[in-house]
Amino acid sequence: MKKYTDSGKKDTRSGFGDGLTELGRKNPDVVALCADLVGSLKMQDFIDENPDRFFQVGIAEANMMGMAAGLTIGGKIPFAGTFANFATGRVYDQIRQSIAYSGKNVKICASHSGVTLGEDGATHQILEDIGLMKMLPGMTVICTCDYNQTKAATLAIADHEGPVYLRFGRPKVANFTPEDQEFEIGKAVKLYEGTDVTIIATGHLVWEAIQAAVELHEKGISAEVLNIHTIKPLDEEAILDSVKKTGCVVTAEEHNFLGGLGESVARTLTLNHPAPQEFVATQDTFGESGTPEQLMEKYGLNSDAIINAVRKVMKRK
Amino acid sequence: MNLDELKDFATQVRRDILRMVHKVNSGHPGGSLGCTEFFTVLYKEIMEHDPEFNMDGKGEDIFFLSNGHISPVFYSVLARTGYFPVEELNTFRLIDSRLQGHPTTHEGLPGVRIASGSLGQGMSVALGAAQAKRLNKDSHLVYSLHGDGELQEGQNWEAIMYAAANKVDNIISTVDLNGQQIDGSTDNVLPMGNLKAKFEAFGWDVMGIENGNDLEQVYNGLKEAKSRTGKGKPVCILMHTEMGHGVDFMMHTHAWHGKAPDDEQLENALSQNPETLGDY
Repeated sequence: MKKYTDSGKKDTRSGFGDGLTELGRKNPDVVALCADLVGSLKMQDFIDENPDRFFQVGIAEANMMGMAAGLTIGGKIPFAGTFANFATGRVYDQIRQSIAYSGKNVKICASHSGVTLGEDGATHQILEDIGLMKMLPGMTVICTCDYNQTKAATLAIADHEGPVYLRFGRPKVANFTPEDQEFEIGKAVKLYEGTDVTIIATGHLVWEAIQAAVELHEKGISAEVLNIHTIKPLDEEAILDSVKKTGCVVTAEEHNFLGGLGESVARTLTLNHPAPQEFVATQDTFGESGTPEQLMEKYGLNSDAIINAVRKVMKRK
Repeated sequence: MNLDELKDFATQVRRDILRMVHKVNSGHPGGSLGCTEFFTVLYKEIMEHDPEFNMDGKGEDIFFLSNGHISPVFYSVLARTGYFPVEELNTFRLIDSRLQGHPTTHEGLPGVRIASGSLGQGMSVALGAAQAKRLNKDSHLVYSLHGDGELQEGQNWEAIMYAAANKVDNIISTVDLNGQQIDGSTDNVLPMGNLKAKFEAFGWDVMGIENGNDLEQVYNGLKEAKSRTGKGKPVCILMHTEMGHGVDFMMHTHAWHGKAPDDEQLENALSQNPETLGDY
């Protein structure tokens, strides 16, 4: 069985920051905006190198989204960064009208998504953002799993014409995808071939899915693992090819089961190839304060939860 | 400036507005009629702009309508300054039209650079466009128009604070002070106090146009505003207008904010604004 190695724990937000810095050097049209969270979003290097191309808007996310839309008129490629909660729910109508409906080339860059934000608690732990963003016509929705993938995604979305929601997080997590990877928007990455069950994971749950697959392998269960970094447009072909082979699926995400990756997968299966599915996700609840590990455990978002879901779904085949 | 020509243009725009909203029995004639002189002067005399529409707007002045519900006046002026065929005004608010109830880029209508309608978002967009002009070393200006009631939306004040703090001095934001909103007068719904003092307290250069339905005053006011740009402060024009101006029974009331005239009322209104440039 292929071994995925953690090259050293890193936060996904640093992948965003380093990707942005690289973009600053190679694409003069890239500009950045932030609403008083430069340190958290790791944007300082970009700012130091491109002070004229950075806009500090203060604690005013609505104005930030509108300004980002305006900056595209004049040919700029704005990367607007803040916490996921303030990048989506707080400014939904600004995104809807000024960015999505207006078809503007804005990159909404959202850190501190999900419960792994940790101790700040539920006011800051959005678990609904994927749903909010994927419902907007024309919006591309990406949720990355580690530092390398986040950096690659940051570089890739600058070359994609149209609005993008890029979701990443706060904690240091395993960095296991290749440093030099090609990031193809809308393309699933197959991490393991398997025959008994398909595990489809996004974001921080991808590493947990790998741990689960290794453990399942030891117990004689062959799990296929797909790393879905793009939730919209969804790689339906990869999902269907896999589930046609395995006959059942577990989806795993740090998001409410309503509106997340799991529902998108369920829709794809219902329309094309109905199959049993279990959802590793939060169960229509808010989060709370705690360490990321405690919260992943309490809210059923780790490899143990995935293994339990696999056992359950395989019985339903 | 040829005043007679502008008057004829404005009168024809008024006819367009009335006929557009009458045909579909919906839309917002009041604010549109009130801002007819502003749009006429802005597009005919003030802005350097290219009807061969280019979304980027590089090398030209650009305009954003924040209070998108006054789309009839916007559409009429865009059509009559060459952005799209005047006949297309016939499709206002109809199925499969580029002339949606509120302006949008979605159907690719030339002249529109952002969707508006959900209020309070236009100034932020205008600021972003103004900052892009700075980066592009483009000395042209960004104009925006806002309703007075619209200033009740908090996002405006985020933008107003940002613009002054960052010395965005290539923008002229005009507020249409007609004192009316859907539920009544702004003073009854939510009094906004002294707007001049508020903008000034935020650091803007504020000037007034006493009668925004007088072409000469609008022209002189916009010229004056232009001369105040590039001096380290964003420029605000508080422009007093009469909602429904040019149609006697639509004035001095908020009743025609979002209501179309019936056949008889249309005839009466058109008789007060005789055809000049030719109806579409």
